[in-house]
Amino acid sequence: MDLLTLLQVLDSSVRMATPLLLACLAGLFSERAGIFDIGLEGKMLVAAFLAAAMASVTGSAWIGLLAGIGASLTLAIVHGLASITFRGNQLISGVAINFFAAGITVVIAQSWFGQGGRTPQLGDGARFQSITLPFAESLSVVPLLGPIYKELISGHSILVYIAMLIVPLTWWGLYRTRFGLRLRAVGENPAAVDTAGISVVRLRYSAVLICGVLCGIAGAQLATAEPAAGFIKDMTAGRGYIALAALIFAKWRPWYALMACLLFGFLQALELRPDLITNVIGIKVQGQLLSALPYIMTVVILAGFVGKAIPPRAGGEPYVKER
Amino acid sequence: MTLMTKFLGASAVLALSAGAALADPALIFDLGGKFDKSFNEAAFNGAQRWAGETGGTFAEVELQSDAQREQALRRFAEAGNNPIVMAGFSFGTALEEVAADYPDTKFAIIDMVVGQPNVRSVVFNEHEGSYLVGMLAAMASTSGTVGFIGGMDIPLIRKFGCGYAQGVLAVNPDATVIANMTGTTPTAWNDPVKGSELTLAQISQGADVVYAAAGGTGVGVLQTAADNGILSIGVDSNQNYMHPGKVLTSMLKRVDNAVYEAFMAGADLETGFNVMGVGNGGVGYALDEYNASLISAEMQAAVDAAAADITSGALAVHDYTSDESCPALTF
Repeated sequence: MDLLTLLQVLDSSVRMATPLLLACLAGLFSERAGIFDIGLEGKMLVAAFLAAAMASVTGSAWIGLLAGIGASLTLAIVHGLASITFRGNQLISGVAINFFAAGITVVIAQSWFGQGGRTPQLGDGARFQSITLPFAESLSVVPLLGPIYKELISGHSILVYIAMLIVPLTWWGLYRTRFGLRLRAVGENPAAVDTAGISVVRLRYSAVLICGVLCGIAGAQLATAEPAAGFIKDMTAGRGYIALAALIFAKWRPWYALMACLLFGFLQALELRPDLITNVIGIKVQGQLLSALPYIMTVVILAGFVGKAIPPRAGGEPYVKER
Repeated sequence: MTLMTKFLGASAVLALSAGAALADPALIFDLGGKFDKSFNEAAFNGAQRWAGETGGTFAEVELQSDAQREQALRRFAEAGNNPIVMAGFSFGTALEEVAADYPDTKFAIIDMVVGQPNVRSVVFNEHEGSYLVGMLAAMASTSGTVGFIGGMDIPLIRKFGCGYAQGVLAVNPDATVIANMTGTTPTAWNDPVKGSELTLAQISQGADVVYAAAGGTGVGVLQTAADNGILSIGVDSNQNYMHPGKVLTSMLKRVDNAVYEAFMAGADLETGFNVMGVGNGGVGYALDEYNASLISAEMQAAVDAAAADITSGALAVHDYTSDESCPALTF
């Protein structure tokens, strides 16, 4: 396997990892604040739909992105209402959001565009194009680093770079700010936070809203960032659940989340190139095995072989001030 | 009491006659939904054509889950609809049970064989149509490498891939055929993102024509192929219009004709085994104004000659589902 092929696989891994990473960080904010969120999948799906629909109608990918974030935020607020204000079961609310999203997107898309629950294919202006970073061509003659810069780092859509930037931002926000400390505390021991005179409800709502924004970007990336060009029904295809697996794999930490998502992305990219695996190890490996690997690894983690994954202690429990 | 019995009897007779008047044909769509731009939509178009020409009406239902199959069949049979046409191989098991309970109702199932006396089993020779588009792919390819992207990994889709590879190798015995399946679960039909990535992976291996037999996933395949300046091949319905000048052709599967013929026959539907192949217009390749510039006269002549040979029996294309193996391609 030569360098160029390896870079192409890694390049594909980065693209596959981006929606996972955004969804995983979204789940991280929510769960760190003590709100389990099964509904990542549904939020991504409505965001993908509205982003593609608005981009198609207005011809602007940015308006699409905003609309997608808006749609995702709406569902995030619903989840917040159900699980924070009304103290409902968070898992049930999340599952409801997934079912709602799967149905409503197809119904609206069908009555809006009449193309069988999909949006029209987006033209070049209406989607996020790949960006060639400066000097990518001129530096490509530099051995090793040149091709890495040109093939791997350059040539992604802006949303990929945004996703990568959000990782250090999340780390800084969670571990170096007062807000982050309180957010983590509210997921571990909300009563203590409440005793200190800080509103548990407000903190949890802000976490759920951040989760909504990140899911919105993830959905827009799926539907409007090159090479994608439009929405079709159920197009998230289980990525929200893989993101949840990645979140457990990452033990609810942002840098680990990046690693976990890149690893899952890499496995998905490898699945696309069965010929390479056959060349390298000399045995034909079934693609099904590779696509199952992320889940197998998560089970291994959960079984405690690679280390304990301990969820936030107050996760899944609505906070009741007085009993 | 006798009055009551008479009353009940009268209403029963009324109900029966209402049922008889309702002898409209019925159509059941599979989980892909009525407007999938592909298989189910073709079935719907056939029914619409029948309704437009005869002025008749038909009953229809879109399924939401696997559990509804038998229920939908029984409901239409009880309501007196005749014939009842279902689009999709997944109805096989349900129909096997239901058909025996309603011997006077005629059923037609597409893509599956059900051995009941009142069932018409319509099967398409997709491998023959795929063979023809495979020939076109090999003739249009300059790199000698062409790709196949399937949806869910099931024997039916392997049948497409196998026929395609045979067509490619018939034109260019040295050609390389790269075959990938999108997945093993039904989400593989609706994952254009993965379709795009698979296309990019095949392009990096040198493919310059890609055939997508993958439902909604194919939308991503066709898009990425067009973005990167290579040719693609659509499936089931004519998809040439999606990217004019960049879709080489489409493998047509005339599900609409099958539904139309069944509806036309009405209650006199001829039951038994019905094969729709190249010979009777069941499968073929699409040629229209969007791809006219891509298909030269020689290409068309070669493919039409092969189609004639298949019809006459001089050329036999191996069917993957007949023995679960493929001489031209390993999956």
